[in-house]
Amino acid sequence: MRVFGLNRKIIRVLLGTEYAHMLEYRAEIALWALSGVLPFIMLSLWNGSDARDALGMDGVGLDRYFLSAFLVRQFSVVWMIYAFEEDALTGRLSPYLLQPLHPLWRYVASHLGEQLTRLPFAAVITAIFFLIQPKAFWVPSLGHFVLAWLATWMAFSIAFLLQSLIASLCFWSEKASALERLLFIPFLFLSGLLAPITAFPPFVRTFAQWTPFPYLIDFPARVLAEQPVDLLAGFAIQLAWIVLLLPLVLLLWRAGVRRYSAMGA
Amino acid sequence: MAPQRSLHPQVAHGSVVIEVEGLSKIYRVADKQPGLSGTLKHFMRRRHRDVHAVSDISFSIVPGEMVGFLGANGAGKTTTLKMLCGLIHPSAGQVVVAGHQPQKRHPDFLRRITLVMGQKQQLLWDLPPMDSLRVNAAVYGISDRDAKRRISELSDLLELGEELTRPVRKLSLGQRMKAELLAALLHQPDVLFLDEPTLGLDVNAQARVRQFLADYNQRTGATMLLTSHYMADITALCPRVLLIHQGHLFHDGPLDRLASRLAPERHVRLELDAPVGAEAFAGLGRLDSCCDCEVNLRVQPDELTAVVAQLLERFEVRDLEVNDPPIDQLIGDLFRQGKV
Repeated sequence: MRVFGLNRKIIRVLLGTEYAHMLEYRAEIALWALSGVLPFIMLSLWNGSDARDALGMDGVGLDRYFLSAFLVRQFSVVWMIYAFEEDALTGRLSPYLLQPLHPLWRYVASHLGEQLTRLPFAAVITAIFFLIQPKAFWVPSLGHFVLAWLATWMAFSIAFLLQSLIASLCFWSEKASALERLLFIPFLFLSGLLAPITAFPPFVRTFAQWTPFPYLIDFPARVLAEQPVDLLAGFAIQLAWIVLLLPLVLLLWRAGVRRYSAMGA
Repeated sequence: MAPQRSLHPQVAHGSVVIEVEGLSKIYRVADKQPGLSGTLKHFMRRRHRDVHAVSDISFSIVPGEMVGFLGANGAGKTTTLKMLCGLIHPSAGQVVVAGHQPQKRHPDFLRRITLVMGQKQQLLWDLPPMDSLRVNAAVYGISDRDAKRRISELSDLLELGEELTRPVRKLSLGQRMKAELLAALLHQPDVLFLDEPTLGLDVNAQARVRQFLADYNQRTGATMLLTSHYMADITALCPRVLLIHQGHLFHDGPLDRLASRLAPERHVRLELDAPVGAEAFAGLGRLDSCCDCEVNLRVQPDELTAVVAQLLERFEVRDLEVNDPPIDQLIGDLFRQGKV
């Protein structure tokens, strides 16, 4: 029996194959993992700044927050637009459209395969961080770990759906990645990568909370760092964004496929 | 020119696997003049024009038929194939393939068709073909046992062995094409759309792919619609051809009828014992060339017997050949001269 076009065998084979595929790019993925050290740069900036007190966290709390932000980013990073745009423009999308499986599942599997490939590199970077900052070492409780994993997975889902929404515009504009760059700026400021959301002025915080961005990094990072956070509200809002974006993606995809001209194929 | 319809008797009985009626596809494309002024004008006021890639074509194909789809680059062959397999939506007209409207891409429809594109690949580039085959087997709901059996059968037919466990990027073009065919046929489709399946292959590899397609058709009774720039593919595989030019269907019927339609004259080549002047052939068809002892004439089919008899009577003939002109040359001439 298939649920949303998937069954256990498809999931197993697709994930296994995509993991094998991503392992072929392990050197590149290691570099990507290294390139995600922005939270550590921000941590060093905040630690050297008098404004650190405004963040409402002590030194260890701030260390843990930015390490958690790094880890959440590692396992929720999405590059759907770039992969999809290339596939749509070169015609590689065509065979996927002619198989009885929604092509988006292939991209989901690619991302999950890539996350699994990142895991050891992220673990090494985390270990190095604790060697440098031994006071920040902590092991989250099982409950917090599971909740953080769930929040990170939901953050990944929101990011994936947001990018899929923009990627679907490839059916019209052919260069949808330019739109993604528009999204990147608000993501950078409002997600919590540069500073915890609590550091922003109240009106920016209020505005941010009406966007999906704080739920992509700040919320899961706080859960992982075991910092005070409204779990129920956080998960409810993450779920609401998924419920809102999913039908939009499917509708836009369906409309876009009607315009697909199978370029280059 | 109106398309020449040649409906198979089964069409009348409703056992048609592909039915196309008034199919058209119009692309709207940006129209930009070259140079800076063209760029500025295009930026300020974007202009578009409609390109009629396919215009009002109709044909039917019965189960098990192998039909060749001929046409120059940009004639509309690939666009038609894309519409038949559901990749792109028609601008007008009706298409029914295997009882389905292709553009709806119903899973039952997708399980019954396949599209092989010679210049594109579905295999994962950095992994061995076997990994892509396992994914395809899972996606099409093929059991492990059946998948193993089918892979074994198809790889025997395609003469593939250890290539299936070597990364795709390490395979030769011919090996890759055969692996692509295996991946495309693993789910045993009833209808095959083949777009230049032998493109870029050497002569031996082309012959092997052709033989495989013929065997596959014999074994499974699958229907095939094949485009190719290699006339040998068409003559070897397809008793029936569709000729499309500038989006219009020019011919639908047997290949030899296309040849007689394109070139109603027969070619007569004479080798004489001694040279004869060109004027000696007046009234004996159209003289193509007369050089030393070799003479080439074109003769109308209904005059052929009489002309040959006269040639044998008047001249000392060492050798005489009567041929149809090669079909690829005829079609090439046709497109070059824009006679369609």
